[in-house]
Order: sequence, then C-alpha cells, then structure tokens
Amino acid sequence: MNNVPAAKTPLIALHRITRIYGHGETEVRALDGVNLKINKGEFVAIMGPSGSGKSTAMNVIGCLDSPTGGQYLFDGVEVADLTQDQRALLRRHYLGFVFQGYNLLARTSALQNVELPLIYKGLLRAEREAAAHEALEKVGLAHRALHDPSELSGGQQQRVAIARALAGKPKVILADEPTGNLDTKRSAEIMEVLQHLNRTEGLTIIMVTHEEAMAQYADRLIWMVDGRIERDTPTQRAA
Amino acid sequence: MIWETIKLAVQAIFRNAMRSFLTVLGIVIGVAAVIAMVTVGQGSTEQVTTDVEKLGSNVLMVLPGQDAMEGGPASTAYSLFSIRDNDAVQDQLSVVDIAAPLSIARSRAVFSNENRRTDIVGTDNRYFQAAGWELARGRFFETAEIQSGKPVCILGETVRSELFGYADPIGETIRIKTLSCKVIGLLQSKGASTFGSDQDDFVIMPIKTFHRRIAGNADVSTIYVSVREGVSTDRAKEEIETLMREIRRIGRGEDDDFTVMDMKQIATMLSGITDILTGLLSAVAAVSLLVGGIGIMNIMLVSVTERTREIGIRLAVGAQARQVLTQFLVEAIVLSLIGGLIGIVVGLALALIGANMLSIPFTPDPKIIVLAFAFSAAVGVIFGYFPARRAARLNPIDALRHE
Repeated sequence: MNNVPAAKTPLIALHRITRIYGHGETEVRALDGVNLKINKGEFVAIMGPSGSGKSTAMNVIGCLDSPTGGQYLFDGVEVADLTQDQRALLRRHYLGFVFQGYNLLARTSALQNVELPLIYKGLLRAEREAAAHEALEKVGLAHRALHDPSELSGGQQQRVAIARALAGKPKVILADEPTGNLDTKRSAEIMEVLQHLNRTEGLTIIMVTHEEAMAQYADRLIWMVDGRIERDTPTQRAA
Repeated sequence: MIWETIKLAVQAIFRNAMRSFLTVLGIVIGVAAVIAMVTVGQGSTEQVTTDVEKLGSNVLMVLPGQDAMEGGPASTAYSLFSIRDNDAVQDQLSVVDIAAPLSIARSRAVFSNENRRTDIVGTDNRYFQAAGWELARGRFFETAEIQSGKPVCILGETVRSELFGYADPIGETIRIKTLSCKVIGLLQSKGASTFGSDQDDFVIMPIKTFHRRIAGNADVSTIYVSVREGVSTDRAKEEIETLMREIRRIGRGEDDDFTVMDMKQIATMLSGITDILTGLLSAVAAVSLLVGGIGIMNIMLVSVTERTREIGIRLAVGAQARQVLTQFLVEAIVLSLIGGLIGIVVGLALALIGANMLSIPFTPDPKIIVLAFAFSAAVGVIFGYFPARRAARLNPIDALRHE
C-alpha cells in the first residue's frame, strides 16, 4: 500500500516544528524540531514512551493545538498563518478525530453525535441523517443509531466516534490511542475498521498508540523519543 | 443559521433537562418572590390610603388630654367635655358642619342566654350623619327619645349576630348592666378596619340614657366633628382649638389640655407603618432574588467542566468559536425567558391569592415585574455565557482535556 506514488506535494509536511510549554526553568519541549512528511493515502502509526511528544504531534497535525515554532504545510497551505476560525474550517472540511476517551456528547443519540460535524458543514437535517446513517453502517452500528452513549459498550462508543470522524468526508483521520480503553478483541475490531477505511476509501490515517500489535495494522511506523522522531520505518506487515 | 442555532439550543436544553430545570427554578423563585411580595406590600399601602379616605378626610376628633395619638385613650388627669362644649362647637363655629358628642364605656350586653362584652356608646343622631352610618333595619332615635333619655338602642352588626344569630332583633329587649333597652335599629356593617379592629362591635343609645343609666355622670369623652364642605381641616382645627381654649379657660402660654385630631395625622401614621411593611417585604424579596441568582450561578458553574468538554468536542469537529458561543447564549436566553415568564405568572398568582386572603387590592406594578425579570435573566445569561466564552477561546485540545 505504501507503494502508491507520492503526490507532488505531501498532504502533511512538518518542518522543524516545536511545541514548548511554560517558560524558563519549567520549560518543557514537547516537540523539539520535528520534520515529517505524510502523503495522501498513508496509514501511519506514531509510537513512543509517554512524554515523547506523540500526542502533541498528533494535536498539532490536527490543528487542535498550535506549534510554538516551525512550519506546517497542510496540502501546501501554511497553517501557522491561519486564524483560529480558519483552522476550525480546516478541521471541519479535511480532518476527523478519534480520541482515546471517545468524547461523545452525553445524553445524545449515536446518530446525533455523528451528525454533529455535519451541522457545522451546513447540511440540512435530511442530508445529515442520511450521511450519519451511512457512516454508522460503515462501522457496523446502524442498528444502534438511536442509543445514547451510556447504552453502548466501549467498543461501540469508539465506533460511533469513528463514524463521527468519517461523516464529514475528511481527507485525514487522526486517532489518538483509539484502542487505549479497549480489550484485545474490541481493539482488533476497531483496527480492522480503520484499516478497511484506509484501503477501500483511500483515507489517510494517522494513529498514536503504545501497543506494538496495533501499530502493525499501519503501513509506516514513526518512533518518537523526547520530542524528536527517532525512527521512521515501514511496518513488518508492509515490509 | 440563526434558526438552526435556536433549534440546537432548545435541543441542548432538553438534553440537559435536570440542569435546565434547576436553572429555570432559580429564575422562577427570584422573579416570583419579588413580584408577589412587592405587589402585596403595595396593595396594603393602597388599602390603608383608601380606608383613611373612607373615614372621611373632613373629620376631626376633639379628645381630652395631650398626645392622645401616642398615649391612646386620654388619661383621667384631664377633665372631659360636656354636652355644652359640644353644642358650643356646633353653634359658634361656622366652619363646623356637625359636632356630635360621644361617651363610651365597656360593658356586657345580654339577650336571653347570649352575651357579649362590647362598647356602649352614648350619642345622638348627629353622629350617624357625621360618621356616615346607614341603617340596615329599623330607625334612628326620635327627638323625644333623645331629650328624655328613653331606654332604646341601635346595634352594630357584630353585636346583633352574637346576641341574635339569625333572629330579627328589632323590638326585642337587651340588658346592659341594670338597664333594659329596646332595640329599635340595626346599622349596616362597615366591616373590619385596616388593622383588623371590628368597626361594628357596639351598642348605641341616646347620650342622656347613657349618662343616667350607664355612666352615672354627664361627661362627654369625644367630640366628633365633620367640617363644612369647602373649608380646610387645618382652618377648622385652628378655630376649634381657639374656642376650646376659651371654654376651658386656658391662659396664654399654657398648654392645651385637649387634642384636636385630624384624619390626615392618622393617615400619615398609618402609611408610615405600611411603608415600613413594604420596605420589609422588599428586603425579603431582594434576598430571594439573590438566593435565586446564586442558585443559577451554582448550576452554571458546576456544569462548566461538562460544558467545557462539550465545547472542545464541537470545536474539534469544526465549529467556530462564534458558532458555539451563539448557541450557548441562545440557550441561556431561552432558559431565562422560560424561567422569567413562569416566574411572572407564579408571582402574580401568589400576589392575587395573598391579596384575596388579606382583602387588599391587587395592584401589580410593571416596573417591579420588569426589574425582577431583568435581574434574573441577566444572572442566567451572564453565568451561562461567560464560562462558555472562556472555554471557546481555549485551544480545542485544552477544552477537551478540561478536568
């Protein structure tokens, strides 16, 4: 799969990106000069010990957090120059998120959770419902559409979250430890869903994980230590 | 988009039904308490004013002694009046329309097995005219009865119902001390006065009868004066004072040993009391408003964590800060409106019930309604909106991770 010819410009290009928390003595360099290119259609896993900056990298790539320094080009556009509202538009149209803690709205049905990004895309109610249903079908949860998160298992909640990320038809899905709260069997189900989306829809997927087994579903493995990329290799499966 | 935002806000309100309910409750309590209490307070002030007007703004009372207002009934150290004093006021002053002598004693009126301790009043027909008493049945005194002091009497409604129940009292004989007295008339009820004293609790007889058979002297305790129309009570008061000083031989520089009391004085005293009452009620209402406001504040602040995460989620899926804020603002406004409207209805209903129970007029004041509503709504909007604004300005990831 990683043999897809590289596009002229990579979808995501980080150049000497830093992210620093605090000042002076208490300064923490969560990202310390990260250089990274990701092409359209790749399935990338980011691993590393805790505190290595893998989640920070993910948040910067997802425009949920702003880098302190460096250059970040998304599809050729400099993200650092964008206003907060423009970054919101970028998330709205190109990015989908899956979090470790699911982050679904409580007391809100699976269907309405999946509809959420579509509201901000300005879709009409009927269009939203159709698109949300389609997304739930892709993760195999169409039959649970009207259930609240509290009535769903962890694995099901995470699949709703994936459906929500999918519903807006993004270019990239960013998953931060998507299986962190799940047992092995559910984890495998989630990974299969992600892998399937990558293969059949050509979705670019970037995933942070600390489990070697999950990383093996990806094509490319990036290993981070102390805010830097230490290794960047194809996975065994891809190799 | 605005319509969509309102729909979103309404959805959010129902999704967080408990939180919404508590917020609305805080606003309802604040608004309802203020409206109910202030409306009742103002109603009683108005009641006092109209009561005093009913007493007659043209009435003066001449009482023996000084400081009758504070000291209650005149002390015995001062000499009382006589029928001649009353007639002097009546005949010598053109400003006086009617002057009626009153003598009063507490005694027991007995009929058959029933009895009641009541005011026994000696006067003549002029009093009925000056004080505006109307007959319900029977007749007033005849001149012969007044002049020769016949044992006849006219009852107030309370005494009648106590002694006679449903029976007709006219022509019956009641006993007061050793006097057997024939009932010739019944007065129409005036009901309770502003402060609840029963105005119908008395038996009236000719003053001569009273002097001979009840009191055993010829004193007059009060001269009840109605001022001629078109004459100011102040002027009448002055003239009566001058005349009384003459009659009672009070020299220059000596203090009066009588008081001419004016209904305006009574009115001022009463409205002073109701002003205090209204002030007190308003203070209690203000506390309720504050408590309601703190309730709203608490609910809003307690839910900040959950709402901050919700804002983080919305930002992550592509909402702009402005869109999230509009939604939260609309939500706060809708809640405040619902709470405010319910509060106004509940407050007015309570005030209406209160007004009925206290038999005072129901006079809602739009100013107070607007004030109470505006305050609660402001609290709801401020505490619903500002935490949300802070959250919407965060990096989405910080909002998502909010603990």
